[in-house]
Amino acid sequence: MISQFFVLSQRGDNIVFRDYRGDVQKGSAEIFFRKVKFWKEDGKEEAPPVFNLDGVNYFHVKVVGLLFVATTRINLSPSLALELLQRIARVIKDYLGLLSEESLRKNFVLVYELLDEVIDFGYVQTTSTEVLKSYVFNEPIVVDAARMPPLGPAALFMQGNKRMPGTAVTKSVVAHEPGGRKREEIFVDIIEKISVTFSSSGYVLTSEIDGTIQMKSYLTGNPEIRLALNDDYTLEEVGYQVMVPPDGEFPVMNYRITQEFKPPFSINALIEEAGSLKAEVILKIRAEFPSSITANTILVEMPLPTCTTRVNFDMEHGIAGQTADFKESQRRLEWNLKKIVGGSEHTLRAKLNFSQEFHGNITKEAGPVSMTFTIPMYNPSRLQVKYLQIAKKTKSSNPYRWVRYVTQANSYVARI
Amino acid sequence: MAFILPKGIIREIEKRIRTFLWKDKSDTGYAKVAWNQVCLPLNEGKLGIRDVQALNYALMNHSITPYSSCGHRYDCLEMGGRNRLWHRQLNLSDPLRLLSHPASPASRQPSSGTDDTKRELFKKVISYMTIGIDVSSVFSEMVMCSATSDIVLKKMCYLYVGNYAKHNPDLALLTINFLQRDCKDEDPMIRGLALRSLCSLGVANLVEYLVGPLGNGLKDGNNYVRMVAAVGVLKLYHISASTCVDADFPALLKHLMLKDKDAQVVANCLTSLQEIWTLEASKSEEAAREREALLSKPVIYYFLNRIKEFNEWAQCIVLELVSKYVPSDSDEIFDIMNLLEDRLQHANGAVVLASIKVFLHMTLSMTDVHQQVYERIKAPLLTLVSSGSPEQSYAVLSHLHLLVMRAPFIFSSDYKHFYCQYNEPFYVKKLKLEMLTAVANESNTYEIVTELCEYVANVDIPMARESIRAVGKIALQQYDVNAIVDRLLQFLEMEKEHVTAETLVLVKDLLRKYPQWSHDCIAVVGNISSKNVQEPKAKAALIWMLGNMLKICRIVLTFWRVLLRTGMRSILQRWPPHSALDVSCQCLICLFMGWLSISILLLQYIPNVILGGSFAPSYSSDEVFLEKTTRDSKALGAALAAGIADFHQDVHDRALFYYRLLQYDVTVAERIVNPPKQAVSVFADTQSSEIKIVSLTNSTVSLLCTKRRYAFGRRLTKLMKTFLQPSYMFTDKEYRGPFAFSEELGNLSIGTEPADNVVAAQVVEANDKDLLLSTSEKEESQGYGNNGSAYSAPSYNASTTTGASQGHLDLVSLDQPSTVHTTASFAIDELLGLGMPAAPSPAPLPSALLLNAKATIDPNAFQQKWRQLPDISIDPRGVAAMTNPQALPQHMQVALVDKFPFLVA
Repeated sequence: MISQFFVLSQRGDNIVFRDYRGDVQKGSAEIFFRKVKFWKEDGKEEAPPVFNLDGVNYFHVKVVGLLFVATTRINLSPSLALELLQRIARVIKDYLGLLSEESLRKNFVLVYELLDEVIDFGYVQTTSTEVLKSYVFNEPIVVDAARMPPLGPAALFMQGNKRMPGTAVTKSVVAHEPGGRKREEIFVDIIEKISVTFSSSGYVLTSEIDGTIQMKSYLTGNPEIRLALNDDYTLEEVGYQVMVPPDGEFPVMNYRITQEFKPPFSINALIEEAGSLKAEVILKIRAEFPSSITANTILVEMPLPTCTTRVNFDMEHGIAGQTADFKESQRRLEWNLKKIVGGSEHTLRAKLNFSQEFHGNITKEAGPVSMTFTIPMYNPSRLQVKYLQIAKKTKSSNPYRWVRYVTQANSYVARI
Repeated sequence: MAFILPKGIIREIEKRIRTFLWKDKSDTGYAKVAWNQVCLPLNEGKLGIRDVQALNYALMNHSITPYSSCGHRYDCLEMGGRNRLWHRQLNLSDPLRLLSHPASPASRQPSSGTDDTKRELFKKVISYMTIGIDVSSVFSEMVMCSATSDIVLKKMCYLYVGNYAKHNPDLALLTINFLQRDCKDEDPMIRGLALRSLCSLGVANLVEYLVGPLGNGLKDGNNYVRMVAAVGVLKLYHISASTCVDADFPALLKHLMLKDKDAQVVANCLTSLQEIWTLEASKSEEAAREREALLSKPVIYYFLNRIKEFNEWAQCIVLELVSKYVPSDSDEIFDIMNLLEDRLQHANGAVVLASIKVFLHMTLSMTDVHQQVYERIKAPLLTLVSSGSPEQSYAVLSHLHLLVMRAPFIFSSDYKHFYCQYNEPFYVKKLKLEMLTAVANESNTYEIVTELCEYVANVDIPMARESIRAVGKIALQQYDVNAIVDRLLQFLEMEKEHVTAETLVLVKDLLRKYPQWSHDCIAVVGNISSKNVQEPKAKAALIWMLGNMLKICRIVLTFWRVLLRTGMRSILQRWPPHSALDVSCQCLICLFMGWLSISILLLQYIPNVILGGSFAPSYSSDEVFLEKTTRDSKALGAALAAGIADFHQDVHDRALFYYRLLQYDVTVAERIVNPPKQAVSVFADTQSSEIKIVSLTNSTVSLLCTKRRYAFGRRLTKLMKTFLQPSYMFTDKEYRGPFAFSEELGNLSIGTEPADNVVAAQVVEANDKDLLLSTSEKEESQGYGNNGSAYSAPSYNASTTTGASQGHLDLVSLDQPSTVHTTASFAIDELLGLGMPAAPSPAPLPSALLLNAKATIDPNAFQQKWRQLPDISIDPRGVAAMTNPQALPQHMQVALVDKFPFLVA
């Protein structure tokens, strides 16, 4: 049972505020925001998602920079509250197509309507977009998607990949297309987040895949769907699944693989002293996937010694969209690459200048190298959708079926 | 390009406006009317110039988007102290009235257009409402408008009514009629909505209108209406419990709960009944019985059999109920667990955790099954950790954390799952670190510590700190700490301030547990430049180590002296305003102990003192003694003076206490301040986790919110505090004296140049002496000679002088005959297997530390005995002697008069 639900902007403004029980004071949003903002004096520690203040339990999750908060005075299961908040965010996103401060403000009446049906007197009724559809009547006011950073795992497909119908991802489940007819389509996304840690000698220390099969259905009439996955990979509880997909985004399955797999990139980082006030860094990354695949939005970061004052970069020529930068305030080297084609290798050389004589081990002062990237149409687990069958074919048209794979770096770190 | 303007800019703009208004071309001149008056609106006879800041705020206020989008101008922004920013907006009631009125022009528009306009207007009203503007003035218009078939309008209207009814009961009465009518609408949606709004009005004197519709609602043919009605009963109960019970709604709910086809209706009945009967249980026995009946076998089985019909949230409620159920035998337990097994695969973390709670509860009494449950739930939990948002994984991790604390061995092979990822939020990392420390055992310690060492080099400072603490905790848990100590010492060589600070604190704790590492540690610790140690905690730790290891390690002696002259002095100079209490206290203790140790060491080199056997008076050796220790005693004097002048009572008392003690007898002082230390076996904060585990089974929030307990081993402080009591007692008479003059002397002794420090200190002492003389003149006649015997000073046992030479032992044994109670204390020590054998044991032990019983005694028995120990580990005789009211004051005062090393210096 929750007492209040509210959404705060990054500045702490109330965007949505709903009081269900009236047993928590009205100013709780402000109290909450102040507490979160000044959790630790130095501002270096983030407030935990659950805390208790003067007998009120505050739960919050952060979604696209907005704070979704629930309060209660009773001893509520925290995972229930946090799960609920996340789910509310997803329902709102299903309805609005896009979750942002602006879309929330424009659609606040709809959001209140949703909240009334999702929670009654503090008790959760339903968070299924499908069920809610029959209770909720307001039409969403769609906000221009192009200006907004998209939300959610499906947003990965937006990045620089023209093959995907970009608008679909941020399409509202309920809103009608301007053309009038609703396009019949279903998306099955296989999203794998990989975490790899390399030792200083280049060996894989830990590796893990956290995968999700996500489905987003825009089919009318809720037909039954058969989803079959390949079985050459050993996964628990994977076989074929029959389901009736509800409207909106929903996870079909989560899986985790800790067996070894081939990391998509190998990282080779070297830092060595070159004279009394100088050092050289060499970063080498090699794409270990087939050349038919291209990774995009690659960012390599490396913390440098605190006494670094200036960095000169020596980049390979002829590569478009490559930038390297030294963020002086954070003492961090950042190397951006727009895309990397499979099988290729890229090197960055950087000459560091120090403000003072360096003593001790330089490798202790720098690193580790971390990397973020997105690789569409590639998944290291090699899990595949063999077929996706829609039981009831509509007479007029065969629905579009999209199966998409993507790999994203969760924590991709090489130590030096 | 919108932002809140800086105040300076606003002032500048206003200045320009003012200049334009009042002044000609020059910049000078007088304003005729006050600026805030000028800003008042025209219709109040003023100029209506806008307050720039208010205007800025108003324009910034994007939350009134609908307002801005419908073309109004912000022409009502006179905030001028009266907060009338919004007066124009509230004129909305005009169009609303138009709409509600049949003859209005609006109604002539096509009907859909009307609805659209109405919707726009309603939206506007609600938007003002939600940003906290009072729009209750249009209440009646809103109610009139609600007579519409447009469900969107109706919903908005209900929202509006629900918001204002509670505080305007009169207005609420207006709505009853149309809500009741809607409750009989043919559209179930409208029936449900109306019923919900009716119940949400929350006005006590309208409850009579509620009973009828609610009763109908519970019997309605549509599940949505029944669902709403089930919660409605609970709302009614909160408005008026008696009405609800009198109408026999709980019984109706119970009937519905057990019979209804719709799972959500059943779930709502359950939640309502649970709440009603729990609240009612204190008043009526029947309710209490009913509450118990919810946990009866048939009811539980009924829910369990239907569990798959419920949605995820309702499942959580059912599982919560089941977790309270006590099965009669183990077969039942297995049946239930088999039935719920597949809930562990649910995508919703809350369902998984709720089922885990059931599992754990059911098997609490069956140890082996309980453990199997742990094995079974491990995989789902670990998957959950990595599948959701960081917040969700935090919640799961917190539970996992408790399980890990409870049964570390089950998770010890999964330690890699607890490795931190660099992009995780700090709160997740912190939990993971705690788990890593918990699962560390012989087989995985090496890898875990290696991983932790990587985090130490992290640029993220809080993370680095936590990692060092984690390494330290592992070191304190393990028996084989060789490698870990090496790692810790390597941290000191990294020369990063925060790393050094954190490591020092840890090394201190380590040494308290494993004194045998002193030699290794001190060599490294001695090399730290004091510039790198800035944090109070670290300083305190460093000083503590130096103070305590003096005796163990001669090397420090030189370093100590250096520190005394340089480091300490700099600390002392900055003392009153800056340093923390901890540092001040530790400084004092350390200086004191250091000085004592040096004094005692020096005593060994003064043959005539020892050989002459006249140990009692360092009295006679004062001159030689002081000559050698002049410098140190100066520093000590300065420290004590500063301490006495300190604002903090604790520091003040302590300084005073040392001072007196010193005047009394150096060796006694040594024994009291620096008693033989026993290795600390269990730190208080490691025990707090046991408390947490108790709460595992009944609460979830409390787990997350468990506060860190700060019971960190402060035995030394505690010990000193016990001594402060007597010091109060015997300073009772002159208590006001030193305190008063310490204030008056504050300017003199604090913050002066180092050279002056000594002088100032002497002044303090001189004054003190005069003062004491006056109060104690009567007793002065008593000789010093009987002082020693009356006090019956026992020798401290050999462990205090572990590093000392054989000569020192001789010194001790010289003193031995006079001891009476020594054996008693040794008896205690022997009993515990902690202490040393009797000091005069003939075998010349190379190092007394060999006698540390750590290796021979099993840790459990050791802890058992340790707990039986009184909190104060100092020899009880010392305490007794000190607190003995008859003997003590005399001696102390005599001593005070007799000995003033500082004065001579």
